Amino acid sequence: VKNPSSSLKSRFITRFLGALTKTNAEDPISSPSPTRIFQRYRRIKVASNKSMAYSVRSRRIWSRALLSRFRSRRSAFSGRRSSVKTTNCTTSPPPALIKVTIDENKTAKGGLDMQTDELRELVPGGEAMDVCNLLDETAHYIKCLTTQVQVMRKIVDFYHHSK
Amino acid sequence: MSGASNKITDDELNALILRLGTLLPQLNHGRHGRVASSSTTKILKETCSYIRRLQKEVDDLSERLSQCLDSMDITSSDAEFLTNLLQQ
Repeated sequence: VKNPSSSLKSRFITRFLGALTKTNAEDPISSPSPTRIFQRYRRIKVASNKSMAYSVRSRRIWSRALLSRFRSRRSAFSGRRSSVKTTNCTTSPPPALIKVTIDENKTAKGGLDMQTDELRELVPGGEAMDVCNLLDETAHYIKCLTTQVQVMRKIVDFYHHSK
Repeated sequence: MSGASNKITDDELNALILRLGTLLPQLNHGRHGRVASSSTTKILKETCSYIRRLQKEVDDLSERLSQCLDSMDITSSDAEFLTNLLQQ
């Protein structure tokens, strides 16, 4: 029985550990200042989300949305446009774009559309998905998030035990 | 333009919603695969709060990692890590 999720997990682990190693190498902190630790925290968080998105590649709408977001962020790196939300870092497309898309995908289930508004904001690329895709993508997104958390927890535990 | 162009059936939507329900820890109470009379609204709400929780956990763990990683030499532990992590 094939288990694609275990190879996804392996890919994520390899990438994320690689990113952590890189972070450590570029920035070996012997006397960490709060600013440096904060910068490092930001970088690790991005590395975690990036690693997962790259591991999923373009097989999912949500991963494609994240990947294109990362690429545009990289090319538009002139000013710092960080939103201060710590719980999620979604950026929404301009309002006009959202309206048009939702109208085109209008199903007979108007009530369901309203109920999924919040979900659309949480799942990358959710604004442009039809309801079916949204629900499907959400399930996959949740599985990937739990994998991220699982792996990161193990890494933290490892460090705690070796200190 | 009639409803015939809309290929999403009620059954399909329900199936997708139910599947989401099975992923949510709160709603399952250990009964794998069975979501006891949870409405669509409840499942969607739970899904949203679950996603927020997971995203916050990634956040918190990133913070903890940033504090752990001060003088650690990751490269030498790499192989050990991977073996441990992949083995479970």
